[in-house]
Amino acid sequence: MELMVSICKKLRNFELRTEFAVKDEVFALLGASGCGKSMTLKCIAGIETPDSGVIRLGNHVLFDSARRINLPPQQRHVGYLFQNYALFPNMTIAQNIAFVAGGTEEEKQCKVRENIRRFSLEGLEHAYPAALSGGQQQRAAFARILASEAELLMLDEPFSALDSYLKWKLERELMHVLEQYDGAALLVSHDRGEVYRLSDRIAVMEHGHIEAVNTKHELFDNPQTLAGTLLTGCKNVSRAHYLEDGRLLAEEWGMELCFHGAVPGKLQYAGIRAHFFELMSGPGENTFEVEVDQVIEDTFSYLIMVRLRGTQCQTLRWEVDKEEWQALDCTFFYLRLPPEKLILMES
Amino acid sequence: MIDISPLYISLKTALAATFVTFFAGIGLAWLVVRMKRFQGAMDAFITLPMVLPPTVVGFFLLLIFGKRGVVGQFLLQFDVTFVFTWKAAVTAAVIVSLPLMYRTARGAFEQIDANILNAARTLGVSEWRIFWHVLLPNARQGILAGLVLSFTRALGEFGATIMVAGNIPGVTQTMSTAIYAAVQANDDATAFAWVAVVVVFSFAVVMLMNYWLNTRMHRVGGGMT
Repeated sequence: MELMVSICKKLRNFELRTEFAVKDEVFALLGASGCGKSMTLKCIAGIETPDSGVIRLGNHVLFDSARRINLPPQQRHVGYLFQNYALFPNMTIAQNIAFVAGGTEEEKQCKVRENIRRFSLEGLEHAYPAALSGGQQQRAAFARILASEAELLMLDEPFSALDSYLKWKLERELMHVLEQYDGAALLVSHDRGEVYRLSDRIAVMEHGHIEAVNTKHELFDNPQTLAGTLLTGCKNVSRAHYLEDGRLLAEEWGMELCFHGAVPGKLQYAGIRAHFFELMSGPGENTFEVEVDQVIEDTFSYLIMVRLRGTQCQTLRWEVDKEEWQALDCTFFYLRLPPEKLILMES
Repeated sequence: MIDISPLYISLKTALAATFVTFFAGIGLAWLVVRMKRFQGAMDAFITLPMVLPPTVVGFFLLLIFGKRGVVGQFLLQFDVTFVFTWKAAVTAAVIVSLPLMYRTARGAFEQIDANILNAARTLGVSEWRIFWHVLLPNARQGILAGLVLSFTRALGEFGATIMVAGNIPGVTQTMSTAIYAAVQANDDATAFAWVAVVVVFSFAVVMLMNYWLNTRMHRVGGGMT
């Protein structure tokens, strides 16, 4: 079942303008909070109405402003997993599932049993949602969606409200569910790790626009845009412009760098991930003497904030193993920015 | 021995009024919550009788239902009089108790997580089933509180009642109007008796509501079955 979305909607601070297609895959919308990700899901589900555009699921037109089609949420068959799972508090888990299942009483009970088993909820059939843990509630919500006739699965920040241990446990459960589920799934998140582990393709969204759609490997290797670079977790970004002979000037770092690959037409920014620096013993290509501005001890590494020696340039973040730093621990040293690891952005 | 008809008339009037108010209040609350335009104006209109002096409500009722009023004249064609009858007492009680039912029901509806209702919609549940099986059960406590408040308000109604229904012993004389009449007539014994009945009765009703709400609260998660 293919989902095709092309919509515009005026929001308070910006205009939502998204266009993408999801096949039978896990497709992720990655964006900072308030970028319009959840609004996009709500428009697809029919909870919010776009100002204009088209939304199609398979051969089914859900919304088409030109043809004045706007199906109510009830007729869209879009499974929406809410952040807080939104189970009906006045019904037991079995009643929650039976309430949305179609068919005769017998068919309903059959769907209840089947989905209770599928999501390992045995023994909780007659419990009320308030008595369930977060993970159990999420599984119950999945069971309820699959018992209804959903043709698309939409997950809205599924782990945002959880602590990190529970989050990891639930994420693995979700991977399991998604492996068994063979339709299209749309995941919305601001967490790059979550998106990378769960999805096949990723759309980076900023201020209501989709900047680029990539496979996850393409996106993390070469994010192309500033938003993509920042959202994929790159901490070091500087304005940059092209000089000549495969060289660029990273203005905020005060560094002249050579890079590999084609010259981007309009180079705007350059970036490098914090763990890609190389410690050197002396000057060389793309190698600079730096001074330490701040040393931060993180859980399993040190974060060393450094800048070009003797300048007031912007600092760079270098992530280094604890042992390596403890052996070095000095104020001035040489760092190399490997040309092949530079991220070049046109916008 | 005092005439106990005011007790009987008060209860009968309050029960009839609460019956109407209960359904009208919930219906209006559901309607207004879903309104996209004119919500504020509609809300103000329904709430108005709560903040206006009851005499103003009574005045408007006379204007509409009186012998020269639009509805009054229409009713006269069928030989139906409205003013100074029991029906007028009920109508007055409905008008002044409706805002309480409406506001508490609306508050209870608005407290329900919108995601729960939206989840039901995306799962294909019709609006009507959502209303009966999701909205009402989860707004139960607010609705019950509204019911009790509007019942006690209807029971205590005085101003609008005395203007449109008068104070006819055995017909429209309620406990409230009986107290007024007794004080006017310097009959302290009767006044005291009715005051005691009203206070004890109202206190008991509110206590009963608190008790019921508390026992329900402890069973959250146990929910209704």
